Amino acid sequence: MPKLKLPVPPLPPSMRPPPKRPGAPKTKPLDAAQEAGIYTVDWIDERTSLSGGLRWLMFRKVPKGTNWFYTLGSATMFAFVSQAITGVFLAMYYRPDAAGGAYESVRHINDDVFLGEFVHGMHKWGSSVMVILIFLHMARTFFFGAYKYPRELNWVIGVALLILTFVMSLTGYLLPFDQRSYWATIVANNITASGPFVGPYLGDFLNGGAEFNATTLSRFYAIHMMLVPGIIGALIGAHLYLVAKLGTTAPPWVKAKPADELTEERA
Amino acid sequence: MNRRQKEEYLRDYSVLKAQGKPFFPYAVAKDGAMACLVLLVIILMSILLGAELGPKADPTTTTYTPRPEWYFFFLFELLRVIKPPEYVALATIGIPTICMIMLFLLPFYDRGPERRPERRPVATLTAILIIGAMGYLTYEGAAAGPPTQIDTPTPASVIAEGPKVVQQYEAGRQVAAQSGCLACHKIGENGNGGPGPALTDIADRLPAAGIQRTLINPTAPMPSFKSLQTNQPEKFKNLVAFLGRLKSESGTAGAANPGTGSGG
Repeated sequence: MPKLKLPVPPLPPSMRPPPKRPGAPKTKPLDAAQEAGIYTVDWIDERTSLSGGLRWLMFRKVPKGTNWFYTLGSATMFAFVSQAITGVFLAMYYRPDAAGGAYESVRHINDDVFLGEFVHGMHKWGSSVMVILIFLHMARTFFFGAYKYPRELNWVIGVALLILTFVMSLTGYLLPFDQRSYWATIVANNITASGPFVGPYLGDFLNGGAEFNATTLSRFYAIHMMLVPGIIGALIGAHLYLVAKLGTTAPPWVKAKPADELTEERA
Repeated sequence: MNRRQKEEYLRDYSVLKAQGKPFFPYAVAKDGAMACLVLLVIILMSILLGAELGPKADPTTTTYTPRPEWYFFFLFELLRVIKPPEYVALATIGIPTICMIMLFLLPFYDRGPERRPERRPVATLTAILIIGAMGYLTYEGAAAGPPTQIDTPTPASVIAEGPKVVQQYEAGRQVAAQSGCLACHKIGENGNGGPGPALTDIADRLPAAGIQRTLINPTAPMPSFKSLQTNQPEKFKNLVAFLGRLKSESGTAGAANPGTGSGG
């Protein structure tokens, strides 16, 4: 007999399932399936104690006045997930070969692979969508004053995510290896290398040498598909943890009015 | 924020939170609807706009103008707005770095307790100004296409040097027009006035040998033309010959010459 009791979702009263009638037969096949499911979840929970954390994450309250502007952050994350998934499929066919294999493999994706150009297009335009969403999310945070105490650290993590998103677009731009991406990357690398102090080293690191060469492409590919996405994933985790821990802000014009019991008491 | 203000905020927030709704299913439903919308937009863009592949990268040609993704246009355009060559580093590295640091440190220098945008006029106006500037620069960057024609008159001094030089001059004009020089330089009335210096009278300031050195070993962000020299030395020589004769006194002496300018 499972010990775990699934929390009842806080649905409005009209949507709650009616309570069982006393005379109804006890176990229908559906009930048995439900029982099996609960048993499995219970088995996992007994060994991991995940249910507490999950309950903390999912059943925390969002403050009064939360509106559609508050979906921009999760929408940005969703765009990132979409980029990750389409990126995995593109990586199955892509070859980071500066001698011509890279361009050829992208052409192969576009022309030969089933739904190849569609997935490539989703990845390409998904980056634009993600950049727009991350800017909108940042604007919402700024205008609502949501970066202030106690959420300063979350703002800093968010800015790091913004910059990493730009690094993703910069490194991803080279990968199709057509004229556009090649010359734009040369200029971008030249600019990076012209920076003071770390600039020359960073330029050498990006180019894999003093100037653009055959290893630059595979370097950009590794940065684009392993290094930066890994860091972004970890930072999104930290960002979300802080959001859940500190709570999402209420819109600044929503004022807290004391709970009803207190007002009554005072009267 | 001092301690009293912090405590006041936390107290107000806990009341608001207690009066709110649970994250699941209310916020999750909204987030899910938004995620569907985002996916729909991405799919529609992919179907309508596609993922066209340009011509294959070719390091030996210089006939291509570097152009970044649209959301970098504001940085790109910043380079063009800040013209003097000694300030180029400011536009490429200085301003973006300063903006980034200011963005990182925002919660540490803006510590007032007020959160309503209309009661934080400095912060709100600054943000609107920056968003406006970025929007304007993006628009300008999108609108500015690199011209591929140089229709300056052939100067009399070149014509006086004989038909062979004129031929070389015209060939060089064509190379310059096709090499994307005009994306960053101005030659006569053609091209964009930055980030690179105007080349209209470059020969007054630099001898041909100096121009050649700069083409091979330029200051960033200009790409090097070394590959053109190794692969197509004739074209490169013509380019240097053309640029090396761009002097200010050319004026209107040689009037327009049919058959000049470069066909695409």
